Amino acid sequence: MFASKRLQKELSKMQGKLPPGIEVVKAEDFSEWLMDIKVVDSNPLYAGETYRLKFAFSSNYPIEAPEVVFVQTTDRPIPWHPHIYSNGIICLDLLDRQGWSPVHNVESICVSLQSMLTSNTKKERPPGDENFVRYNTQRPRDISFVFHDNQV
Amino acid sequence: MDSDDGFNSSQVSEDEFMEDQDSDVSLGEDSDFEMDQDDVGFESQDKDIKPSKHAYEIEFTVYSPAQIQSHQDKQIDEVSNILGQPPESTAILLRHARWNKERLIDQYMEKTEETLESAGLGESAENNPPRLEKVKGFVCDICCEDDPDMFTFAMKCGHRFCVDCYKQYLYTKIKDEGEAARIRCPGDGCNRIVDYKSLNLLVSDSLRDRYQELLMRTYVDDRENLRWCPAPNCVYAVQCGVKDRELARVVPTVHCDCGHFFCFGCSLNDHQPAPCSLVKKWLKKCEDDSETANWISANTKECPKCHSTIEKNGGCNHMTCRKCRHEFCWMCMGVWSEHGTSWYNCNRYEEKSGSEARDAQARSRQSLERYLHYYNRYANHEQSAKLDKDIYLKTEKKMTQLQNTTGMSWIEVQFLDSASQALQQCRQTLKWTYAFAYYLARNNLTEIFEDNQKDLELAVENLSEMFEKPIDQLKGLKVEMMDKTSYCTKRRIILLNDTAENLKNGNWDFIVQL
Repeated sequence: MFASKRLQKELSKMQGKLPPGIEVVKAEDFSEWLMDIKVVDSNPLYAGETYRLKFAFSSNYPIEAPEVVFVQTTDRPIPWHPHIYSNGIICLDLLDRQGWSPVHNVESICVSLQSMLTSNTKKERPPGDENFVRYNTQRPRDISFVFHDNQV
Repeated sequence: MDSDDGFNSSQVSEDEFMEDQDSDVSLGEDSDFEMDQDDVGFESQDKDIKPSKHAYEIEFTVYSPAQIQSHQDKQIDEVSNILGQPPESTAILLRHARWNKERLIDQYMEKTEETLESAGLGESAENNPPRLEKVKGFVCDICCEDDPDMFTFAMKCGHRFCVDCYKQYLYTKIKDEGEAARIRCPGDGCNRIVDYKSLNLLVSDSLRDRYQELLMRTYVDDRENLRWCPAPNCVYAVQCGVKDRELARVVPTVHCDCGHFFCFGCSLNDHQPAPCSLVKKWLKKCEDDSETANWISANTKECPKCHSTIEKNGGCNHMTCRKCRHEFCWMCMGVWSEHGTSWYNCNRYEEKSGSEARDAQARSRQSLERYLHYYNRYANHEQSAKLDKDIYLKTEKKMTQLQNTTGMSWIEVQFLDSASQALQQCRQTLKWTYAFAYYLARNNLTEIFEDNQKDLELAVENLSEMFEKPIDQLKGLKVEMMDKTSYCTKRRIILLNDTAENLKNGNWDFIVQL
């Protein structure tokens, strides 16, 4: 109830106008949305590509952060980034309990992710990606990432 | 970035903070206050009677929740008087300063306004108590509602939200996330802590109780010399002076009033004689390796030439290594070309190339076998301790039976109880001696250690065996059993004293860095 009211408002606001490079793909209910984002400047790492984000909301959204991951489809790869695992899990303080503020919304998360990609120059995965992807069974919100470097 | 880091960086650097804590001489003084006289039970008397402390024992004190609370209140009172702030604000300041009152007082005297501000108590919190307001044209950033009749709330930082959202936010933080002392304003990037008065205005009584409980927990969590007993449902905390950096030299096992033995350094169950860092390494290794290593050992051999591990899952004895194309016989490990005509039926055990290959294999398997040697014994004692625990549960029954069938009194059957407890404790120690030994480099000391280990093991097995005896024989075995029990205990003390002393003096050589 808490979440649906707010999401309803977010949706109607987004249907009016969205920043460049952000699109709503699917928002039929108030538990899971799909969004597409593009990096709008000319970063060669991400030029010409579109990425798909999956948002999962708990009933307590926006008090609780949504669970946000990149998902892979035939024409939607997982972007290269030292904080994005190859299974789409994102390590961003904004999405963590400590860094989340209920003032954020779907749009502002998309914008943050866009700028996280824009400023990156490394075609890298996080250290230990292979192991993490193979063995991780936790949901993104329960993983305690160490935000050890805020440079990228 | 967890909340702790955020907090520190706004105050002082991590290093400075640690230094402060180390030089905090008041910790010792505080602990004396009244606590010792409060609660002189059997435990503490026992400790007094003991002639001297063993080398493996350390000083510690167990506190009940009421004692922790009064400890806390007393400090708040004291600092409140010095600063001239009301107790509620002082409590917030102290929590914000992680109970380092010297540093708080210094800071407060130097920069009063800044100190108050950073703890979320900025100017005139006194004259201007928090209140709910209706604000014209307000839109809540959380729920996006703009009803003009809606009550709203903001702290001094000015981040205003509707009351419902604020309440929901606090409820989630307290109930779901277990936060208390450092709940921040819901505004993005705002570091203002929600103070007690604001909280009071917004939350229900039951939530407030939970909040208080969590606040008390943070007191223990924040103090380096206090730690909660990790036993399920235990409410006690233990105070001990052993610091993190001393953990390579001492294994600080403490004994909570609830009966649980645990390590003050890492909160795991008592793991003497192995130091915390070895325990961590060992547990990780076992988790990663033990099953794999067992399987490799049981099902594979190595290529005599390139040492690749090979599983033979069918077919004849003529092996060709996938990696280096070396051809050999699975049975004798010798070169296949020397097999002559006796193909597919190896009876050439004495062949020279075969025995050399087997030797080489044996050597390269040594490290694996070495690990398994220690692991199997470690695991065995763990398993046996579990079985002994079952016996312990049956012991009570046995004790009643014994009272009924032999007419022995309750006090006369207590020997079974103490035997079973000694057994548990010794097994726990033995278990960790194997992890300890795995990481030991060989020298003269290890011989003594292994002798001690052997003696203890023998004593334990002897005692353990007696538990298997039927009830009717137990009465006759009483004296022998008591002897064996005290012998076990004695052997354990000898072993632990030896390891603890050498650890303290840095005499052990480990094959890994502690």
